Amino acid sequence: MAEPRQKPLPPLRPEIENKSLESGQIGEVQVPLSAWERVVNLDWVRRFTILVILALAWEIYGRYLQNPLMVPTFSNMVAALWDATVHGPLLERVYTSIRVLLIGYACGVGLAAVFTALAVSTRVGTDLLSTLTAMFNPLPAIALLPLALLWFGLGVPSLVFVIIHSVLWAVALNTHSGFLSVSETMRMAGQNYGLRGVRFVVHVLMPAAFPAILAGLKIGWAFAWRTLIAAELVFGVSSRSGGLGWFIFENRNQLETAYVFAGLTAVIIIGLLVESVIFRNIEVRTVRKWGMQH
Amino acid sequence: MNATAVDSGTPGAGSPVPLLSVDGVTLQYKTRDHLVTATYRVSFDVFPADRFVLLGPSGCGKSTLLKGVGGFMKPVEGTMRLKGRVIDAPGPDRMMVFQEFDQLMPWKTVLANVMFPMRVSGAFPRNEIRDRAMAAIEKVGLSKFRDVHPHMLSGGMKQRVAIARAMAMEPDILLMDEPYAALDALTRRQMQEELLQLWDDTRFAVLFVTHSIEEAIIVGSRILVLSPHPGRVKAELNAHQFTHTEQGSAEFMDLHRRIHNMLFAERLEAQALKEAGHG
Repeated sequence: MAEPRQKPLPPLRPEIENKSLESGQIGEVQVPLSAWERVVNLDWVRRFTILVILALAWEIYGRYLQNPLMVPTFSNMVAALWDATVHGPLLERVYTSIRVLLIGYACGVGLAAVFTALAVSTRVGTDLLSTLTAMFNPLPAIALLPLALLWFGLGVPSLVFVIIHSVLWAVALNTHSGFLSVSETMRMAGQNYGLRGVRFVVHVLMPAAFPAILAGLKIGWAFAWRTLIAAELVFGVSSRSGGLGWFIFENRNQLETAYVFAGLTAVIIIGLLVESVIFRNIEVRTVRKWGMQH
Repeated sequence: MNATAVDSGTPGAGSPVPLLSVDGVTLQYKTRDHLVTATYRVSFDVFPADRFVLLGPSGCGKSTLLKGVGGFMKPVEGTMRLKGRVIDAPGPDRMMVFQEFDQLMPWKTVLANVMFPMRVSGAFPRNEIRDRAMAAIEKVGLSKFRDVHPHMLSGGMKQRVAIARAMAMEPDILLMDEPYAALDALTRRQMQEELLQLWDDTRFAVLFVTHSIEEAIIVGSRILVLSPHPGRVKAELNAHQFTHTEQGSAEFMDLHRRIHNMLFAERLEAQALKEAGHG
């Protein structure tokens, strides 16, 4: 047998202990960022830049194409938007749409609350909710419009019905999965305080699942908006006042393409406002402040 | 904080009436495929001002036992009584401190977290709740952080808040489920000293679960050693004479070795058999 190879060992070194610690060469430990870095760090600055670039591209393409019937320029659209807002019926149309939208949204969220309350309290409720969401969530709300027209006639009730359908399942599904993801420790802590039933749901489950609930509300809002505009496009005006969808439809019929774009832009602006003002504020005041979302 | 200031307390000839009495308790829980027996006919008594430690390797059912006392599980056999009443549901007379940091409600500030159980239990007059909460936070040394949300705190601070929240309720018994297991060693040691100090101030009864022999000897006044699969009582030992200051002393090491041998007896026997076979 060969001599066993000597196993390597690290060299033996003297111990070191620093009596005084200097940090002279590093300079200040905290240095403020440059002005440029701070500006670029602002979300809205970056997003606004993207919008400006898109608008510029649109304007250039519109001028190059020279076909206002197909693609009006950005400036034409802005002029049309201004005209429709100040002199035309745009504000009235927006008001009509948003009123119907809010009624439908509120009903949908209320129903979703009832369904999820049932689902967390009983097993039958859970089965009911998961079956119903599996059935109806993939069904486009607009596909129910013919039926709604048959049942409720031309008018607000039909619109509200399809909006409820589009909001209900998205919100209920998100809220329920939010409840299910609340940690066992949090549940036990809540029960430990003697919380039961409704008080447990209100004080523990709802705030703990709030990020998911908020996500559901956002998705529900977007679905409701889409459904409403689509429904208005389909059956147009009810009684005297139509909504934004009707505004778009009407202007297309008159080949006022710039006004069609103005109507679409109004939809986008309202969506952005709701998202960046209302939902964003709720987010900052709740889930971000609580460190549940970053 | 200095551990030497703590009088670790030689039990007096105090009241012989147990605060918590666990009598022949068998606990079982279901997983998806199995019915698991966590503890089998476990009995012990906890007296007022006891620092009672449940010690054992993983799988000995110590946490399950604590959940049973907390009222989250019903025993299939035996009874658990707190002050003579049978435990059948969770309640604020047995405040629990969990190992996980997410036991604090992230949507409430430190102060609101401590006030919340006092508010919902209705056990305290409304106008006193705030002052009591402040006092409890003061005790764990977090007055500066009382308006901060939990996500801004370190792990040790979160556990302190959880302890303050539980202590403010003045429960009959404090239940602690490996509260320091997720902390780093330095913080853990500091928290152990603080707990002993708090105990020295108010002399509450605590049921403490741990898998660390050292922690059991330092924190506990009495140690219930459990064997695994299923959890059965191996021994009930006294450890009231030891704190951090005695750590490393001959008696401390003796007790440590004794418990170690109890917990690993089976493994040692198996090893001895194996070696005998080879010889």
